[in-house]
Amino acid sequence: MTIRYSKDHEYIRVDGDVGTIGITDYAQNALGDVVFVELPSVGKTLAKGGEAAVVESVKAASEVFSPVSGTVVEVNSELEATPATVNEDPAGKGWFMKVKLSTPAELDDLLDEAAYQDFLKTL
Amino acid sequence: MTDPHSSSDTPLKQTPLHDLHVKLGARMAAFAGYDMPIQYPSGILQEHLHTRAQAGLFDVSHMGQAILSGPDAVRGLESLVPGDLAALAPGRIRYTQFLNEDGGILDDLMVTRLADAADGAEQLYLVVNAACKDADFAHIRSRLPHLTLRVLEHHALIALQGPKAAAVLERHLPGVETMPFMSLYIVERDGVSFHVSRSGYTGEDGYEISVPDAHAADFTQTLLREAEVKPIGLGARDSLRLESGLCLYGHDIDTTTTPVEAALMWSISKRRRAEGGFPGDERVRLQLAHGPSRLRVGILPDGKAPAREGCDITTLDGVLIGKITSGGFGPSLNAPVAMGYVEAKYAPVGTPVHVIVRGKPLKASIVKMPFVPQNYYRG
Repeated sequence: MTIRYSKDHEYIRVDGDVGTIGITDYAQNALGDVVFVELPSVGKTLAKGGEAAVVESVKAASEVFSPVSGTVVEVNSELEATPATVNEDPAGKGWFMKVKLSTPAELDDLLDEAAYQDFLKTL
Repeated sequence: MTDPHSSSDTPLKQTPLHDLHVKLGARMAAFAGYDMPIQYPSGILQEHLHTRAQAGLFDVSHMGQAILSGPDAVRGLESLVPGDLAALAPGRIRYTQFLNEDGGILDDLMVTRLADAADGAEQLYLVVNAACKDADFAHIRSRLPHLTLRVLEHHALIALQGPKAAAVLERHLPGVETMPFMSLYIVERDGVSFHVSRSGYTGEDGYEISVPDAHAADFTQTLLREAEVKPIGLGARDSLRLESGLCLYGHDIDTTTTPVEAALMWSISKRRRAEGGFPGDERVRLQLAHGPSRLRVGILPDGKAPAREGCDITTLDGVLIGKITSGGFGPSLNAPVAMGYVEAKYAPVGTPVHVIVRGKPLKASIVKMPFVPQNYYRG
């Protein structure tokens, strides 16, 4: 089980060849109260850095980018009824989607936990 | 994730409550040239719901306050706005708009008739939008040079809004609980003069209190010590006014919209419609006679996705009929709400439309505003 982060504040938790993608605690705090999440369809092909989802707070809509290339194999449909889970438990129950990685080597371009924490200190 | 925040390098002005906002943990951002609190740690949803349930305290000191005085100040200001100011008894408030020669809206404002001065001069207290205040005051001075405009540079403006506002404020400024809606009352306390207006911009009962800068922070802290009162940022102020169907200048109304198109005709009396005598009166008269080609309406999207400012509004066949000017999430409705302009024939309540969100047409309908019942004090 490996966890990696993008500089856009997405995380991916990898188990075998499937990664669970969501937004970090820093991201949910910056957004404020989440009121709506638009998720991709299962089967959709995602490109690394391409738009994967949209998260809406009371104030604004923000795009969520996929940190890796792959195919969506599952989405967190719970978020439709309870989008606030993204604020309450971003790293756990507030996950967005699961993706089957097409290019696992892309993980090397992402930050590990320590590097992400260091990156946050620069913001 | 795209960054929902933007920053600027312009030095920002501060209100007398700035340090207090920071101490309360506010998330500050630039608004109309001021560093203002957008939200506090509890967040916009909680702040919004708290205001509807109890009492929210807002710093609106960035808005412009001024006193226009002179012989015939009432008639003078009536030459710039379509509101019926002559009908105002002393201590009464009206909502109106500065119009340009085409009937376009330069700004919207609150006007209060004060008691005449000792020398018989008529006096009007004005509250205008922060982003427009310099232009508004220049406009008044150039059009009404015979009158005196005194800008209240050193007065804070604090809004206390919500169903518990009256009971709370009565504890500190006795006599305010029975004030009529849209009236002003001057209360002296410990040698300080508080100009209390029973008005606001949230759809709730409440007050806007003008107080000298030097006393603003103390007075605010006194109110915040009350159990019913929480500080509320501009984020919730925006969602509250949107749910209440109230226009935001620069978004829902501007120089390209007239009061007729903006569905603000309730603010223009029969006498003023008949007599005119304000900029753009002819265009307003014609639009009233023939009906405007477009109208501001409430829009309720069917699903959960907010439709925000700038989204196209189309017929069910995809024909473009208008644009959303304000939109977002209504915390009290727990649903998205929006307002915008559509061609007049699509304006009747119940008309089904599509709103285009991120390229996708979403079902929506034209609805009556406000989205939540107004809760004003009716005595």
